[in-house]
Amino acid sequence: MGKVLMKGNEAIAEAAIRAGCRHYFGYPITPQTELAAYMAKRMPKIGGVFLQAESEIAAINMVYGVAATGRRVMTSSSSPGVSLKQEGISYIAGSDLPALIVNVQRGGPGLGGIQPSQSDYFQATKGGGHGDYHLIVLAPCSVQEMADMTALAFDLADKYRVPSMLLADGTIGQMMEPVELPQAQEPVFEEKDWAVTGTKCKRPHHIVNSLYLVPEELEKKNFERFETYRRIEENEVRYEAFRMDDAEYCVVAFGIAARVAKNAIVAARNEGIKVGLIRPITLWPFPKKALADAAKQCKGFLSVELSMGQMIEDVKLAIDCSRPVQLCNRAGGMIPSPDEVLAGIRALCGQEV
Amino acid sequence: MKNNLLGEPKRVTLFCGHYGSGKSNLAVNYALRLQGCGVPVSLADIDIVNPYFRSADSRRELEDAGVQVISLPFANSNVDLPSLPQEVYGLVQRRDIRAVLDVGGDDRGALALGRYVPYILEEGNFANLFVANFYRPLTQTASDALEVLREIEQASRLPFTGIVNNSNLGSETTEGTVERTMSAARELSDLTGLPVVFTSYRADLHPNVPNGFPIVLQRNNPAFS
Repeated sequence: MGKVLMKGNEAIAEAAIRAGCRHYFGYPITPQTELAAYMAKRMPKIGGVFLQAESEIAAINMVYGVAATGRRVMTSSSSPGVSLKQEGISYIAGSDLPALIVNVQRGGPGLGGIQPSQSDYFQATKGGGHGDYHLIVLAPCSVQEMADMTALAFDLADKYRVPSMLLADGTIGQMMEPVELPQAQEPVFEEKDWAVTGTKCKRPHHIVNSLYLVPEELEKKNFERFETYRRIEENEVRYEAFRMDDAEYCVVAFGIAARVAKNAIVAARNEGIKVGLIRPITLWPFPKKALADAAKQCKGFLSVELSMGQMIEDVKLAIDCSRPVQLCNRAGGMIPSPDEVLAGIRALCGQEV
Repeated sequence: MKNNLLGEPKRVTLFCGHYGSGKSNLAVNYALRLQGCGVPVSLADIDIVNPYFRSADSRRELEDAGVQVISLPFANSNVDLPSLPQEVYGLVQRRDIRAVLDVGGDDRGALALGRYVPYILEEGNFANLFVANFYRPLTQTASDALEVLREIEQASRLPFTGIVNNSNLGSETTEGTVERTMSAARELSDLTGLPVVFTSYRADLHPNVPNGFPIVLQRNNPAFS
C-alpha cells in the first residue's frame, strides 16, 4: 500500500516503530494522546513495550533506563508534561544517552489550554532542565515531516549520543494528511562500548551516570560534550528557503507558523513585495549562517511565532542585530491568519497596513 | 431521501468508527441531506475523544439549514472535559424528530453512547453505521477494520446495522483512490453480514461505485494549505 491518511501524532508513533523503536513510556495529555493510544495498540502486537507510567516524571526516567541499554526509546507529551520531564532530560543529556522526546505543544504557561502553541521554544532550545546541555530540536511542519523527522531524530540521537526532541504543536499533531511512511527497519542491537547490557563476566562494567564528584572531571566532560555540540552545529543544520533568491525582506517561521507564512508570502509577492521565508527545520542547531547570509540581501526580518516572541531572539543574534527584526505573533493557543502575517510583512517594509 | 440511500430514513442514525475515519463530515452531510425530507433534524456531537476538529465546527451552516445542533458544553474551548449534554436524552426519546449522532472514535468514544442505547434499542428504529476508511493505518484491511468494529460494538452495546465506506486520502483523493477500496468494503461486508449502505466521497469526484454519497467537506483552516 502506498500512502495512508494519518494524524500527525499517529505518524510519529508509526514512524518510530518503523525506525526500530520498541520502547515507549508516556502519560496521556491533550493534544498528543493519539500518539500514546497508537503505541498502546501497536506495541503489544510487535513484541514492543508500551507502558503508561504513573506520571511524566516516571516515564522520562524509564526512558533514561532503556536509553542506557542502547535501545531506541521514546516518550511524548505536551507542554505541561514536558516541563515535568525536564529533570530526567537533563540526566539523560548528562549521561550522553540517545533518546527521543516529543513535545506536541499547547498554550501556556501553567496548565494553559489545549490549543496549539510554540511557546516552548526557549525550553526546547535553551536547555529546559539544569546544566550546560543541548537537545537536537527538530520542528516538523506537516504530517509527512512528523514521520520523516521521527526517523531522523532517532538517527541523529544515536549518531551523537545526544537526546533529540521533536517540537511539534497541537495543530500538526491533530491534523490529518496523506503520508508516505518510511520503510520499516528491524531494531538493531549492535554492541555499544557504553551500553549497559550485562558484562557476562567478559568485560569491565559500563557505567551510565551523570554524577561527577571531582570538578575537574565534570569540567572535562562538559568540554567534551560541547565539542560534540560544535560538530552538530557544523554538520546538522537544516532549514528550508522559500522564494529567497531575490528577497528584500525575510520572514522566519517554523512548524505550523511557516505554513501560514507561506500563504502570506505568496499574497505579498502578488502585491509586488519581494519577500521570502527561511524555515528553520533544526531549531537547535539554529540556522545562524543562513540568516546571516540573508541579512546581506534583506532590509528587514519578520519572526512569525505562536508565542510572545521567543525565536525572535535567535534571529537577532544570528544577524547580530544588523537589520530590524519585527514580531508577528498570536499566543495562548491562537494562530495568526495569513492576513495578519501579510499585514506584518507590509508593516516591515514601511507600508500602510 | 431522494437517492434512496437508506430507503426510508431511520428515526436515529449513528455514525461510529475508528477515529479519523470521517464520522463528523458524514454526520454533517447526512443531517443536511435529511433536513430536506420534511421532518425536523437534530445532530448531536457526542465526541468525547477528539478536542480539535468536530461536527460542531459546522454549527452555523447546520443551523442556517434548520438543523438543530447539540454539542458538548465545552466543545471548542480549552476545557477538555468529557461531559455530555442532557439534551441528547431528548434526542433519543422524542420520536417526532430525526436524530443524527456523531459518536467519538474507537471503543473509547463509543463508551459515551452506552447510556442512550436502552432508549435506542427499545424504539428499534435506528441505523448504526460503521464508518470505514481503508487508508487509515490501523484499518487498512477488512480484518483490521473488523477488530475495531467489534471493539466499538462491545463498548457501545449497540449492534451495527451497516457499513459506510468513506475511504479517502484527504486532499490527494482521486476516483481511483475510492474505487480501489471497494473490494475491502465488500470483504468487511462478507465478514460481518452487514450491507455497505453507501460509499462517500468528495463531491467534486465521480468514482464508479454503487450507492455513492457525495459529501462537502467541513471547512478546515485554509491558513495551513
